[in-house]
Amino acid sequence: MEQLIEILEEINPEVDYETCDDLVDGHYLTSLMIISLIAGIEDEFDVTVPTVEIVPENFNSAEAIWALIQRLMEE
Amino acid sequence: MYSYCSVVFLGVFLPLTVALYQALPQKGRRVVLLAASYVFFWILSGKLLLYLLFSTLSVHHIGLWLSLLANERDAALQGVERSERKAIKQQYLHKQRMVMGFAVVLHIGILVAVKYTAFFGWNLNNLFEVLHLPLRLSTVKILAPIGISFYTLQALSYLFDVYRGSVPADRNLFRLALFLSFFPQIMEGPICRYSDTAQALWECPSVSYRSLTFGAQRILYGVMKKVVVADRLNAFIKPVFADYAQYDGGVIALAAVGYTCQLYMEFSGTMDIVIGAAEIFGIRLPENFRQPFFSKSISEFWKRWHITLGTWFRDYIFYPVTLSKPLKKLTTWGRKRLGNHFGPLLAGAVALFCVWFSNGIWHGAGWNYIFFGIYHFVLILLGNVFEPFVHKTYEKLRLRRNGAVCTGLRILKTGVLVCIGELFFRAPELGIGMKMFGRMVGSFSLSSFKSGKIFEMGMDRQDFIIVGVTVAIVFLFGVLKERGVQIRQRTAEKPTVLRWALYYALILFVIVFGAYGPGYIPVDPIYANF
Repeated sequence: MEQLIEILEEINPEVDYETCDDLVDGHYLTSLMIISLIAGIEDEFDVTVPTVEIVPENFNSAEAIWALIQRLMEE
Repeated sequence: MYSYCSVVFLGVFLPLTVALYQALPQKGRRVVLLAASYVFFWILSGKLLLYLLFSTLSVHHIGLWLSLLANERDAALQGVERSERKAIKQQYLHKQRMVMGFAVVLHIGILVAVKYTAFFGWNLNNLFEVLHLPLRLSTVKILAPIGISFYTLQALSYLFDVYRGSVPADRNLFRLALFLSFFPQIMEGPICRYSDTAQALWECPSVSYRSLTFGAQRILYGVMKKVVVADRLNAFIKPVFADYAQYDGGVIALAAVGYTCQLYMEFSGTMDIVIGAAEIFGIRLPENFRQPFFSKSISEFWKRWHITLGTWFRDYIFYPVTLSKPLKKLTTWGRKRLGNHFGPLLAGAVALFCVWFSNGIWHGAGWNYIFFGIYHFVLILLGNVFEPFVHKTYEKLRLRRNGAVCTGLRILKTGVLVCIGELFFRAPELGIGMKMFGRMVGSFSLSSFKSGKIFEMGMDRQDFIIVGVTVAIVFLFGVLKERGVQIRQRTAEKPTVLRWALYYALILFVIVFGAYGPGYIPVDPIYANF
């Protein structure tokens, strides 16, 4: 989780990732930031994020992103 | 019945369909909705109904084909070692990609053939002439069925979702046919997703007092936008765009603002009618507008304007392109060398270009539409490139970016940029758009306003006041919506007498101030032609 928070803070440091649960719906993460985030996740965790997983529910909070990473690592 | 705002549609077709629908049990209602949708399409497009039939049958078949491959893959993966799984998955992914590629070529091919053949022919003929080649291509326009740009995207979204495994392939041809042809949205959208509306349409709930009144209110609000504002503005806008050389820069600027207002009132008004009509049947269609003129940037504007088209391009072009292997490599390379902001911008720019080129040409076969797309691509890209610089500037100047003054100025800036884009969008061709823009900037003058000549250009003083008051009403509703006020819910809670007094006042307002009858030419459904 710490690695993920580091990636997120590099992309947009102005968000409290512990509490924010509308990263996409609240426009804290733009489409371009999501690309950067996906590139970071794929580098760091050696997973591939398929396009079907790019839905707000998977990216609205650090916890949801972490759950997605864990699911992809298990596959 | 070429418009959802026509008396035939609102006074005959819709009420008749609602009455028949309500009179029958669930199975019968499905038949009523599907039959009404096909009759509606046939009235508007005649024999071209065959296009819709062909698309529906092919989409149904290809969906099942993709599903069959997924089932075969799952069966092949049963009891197989982890090391072999990847190869099997790859093998089936390749097959599914081939099928999906075939579907895209087939449906986009039909769309291109009917919409763009003449445009490509005309441009290639010009090129042949320049190169002194003795070749000539046909520039005959093929008749396009109504709504083909909308239902093609809707059909492809279903197939992409089946391909990705996010929705199951529908075995029921009639449910799929209804999803693709539902009459309130076939002509101008919104572009629905299978997961949002297909099953809801198939359930056919009873028409309730609430669904009927809420739907009718929404329709009435849409009619007001269309008949009172969009149609009234037509008398001023049409002549200016037809013969711009007669007018000074100030008048052209007003026509650009007027057209932007007209387009919004016409399209969002039609969406109110469409969503209201669906609401009567208990169907909730996705919203296409969310107060776009409150946007602080062009990027935000496109998240609030024609939302279902924007999300279609985002989900089926932007993300797949940026996450393609070559662009992923580019992003990784960029992040290492250029950092987290500029690194992803390289791949993002390629994907944004694809999105905005497609967006431009989707609107029509003309260079002005392509320019319109590229114009927004440049604005959004520049917005992203300069974002860190802008952020630092605000900090240095100790300005509150989200403070009232800065927000107001940002909204104004976005509005000006949108109006410039719409000037090119409305211009008969790109060259004329350029000349109009040149005249607007180079020969800007307020003399027509000072002398009062502006009131002799199709709209008199009274017309301007009526448009201004109605726009103010829509603006007020927009402010309330932005503040999260549930206007319709709040109205429904008012005493019956007050509520009905409001409805009658609105009906009377439309009857008295609507621009119809002799002397008025209603604006054609703008988006139906795309």
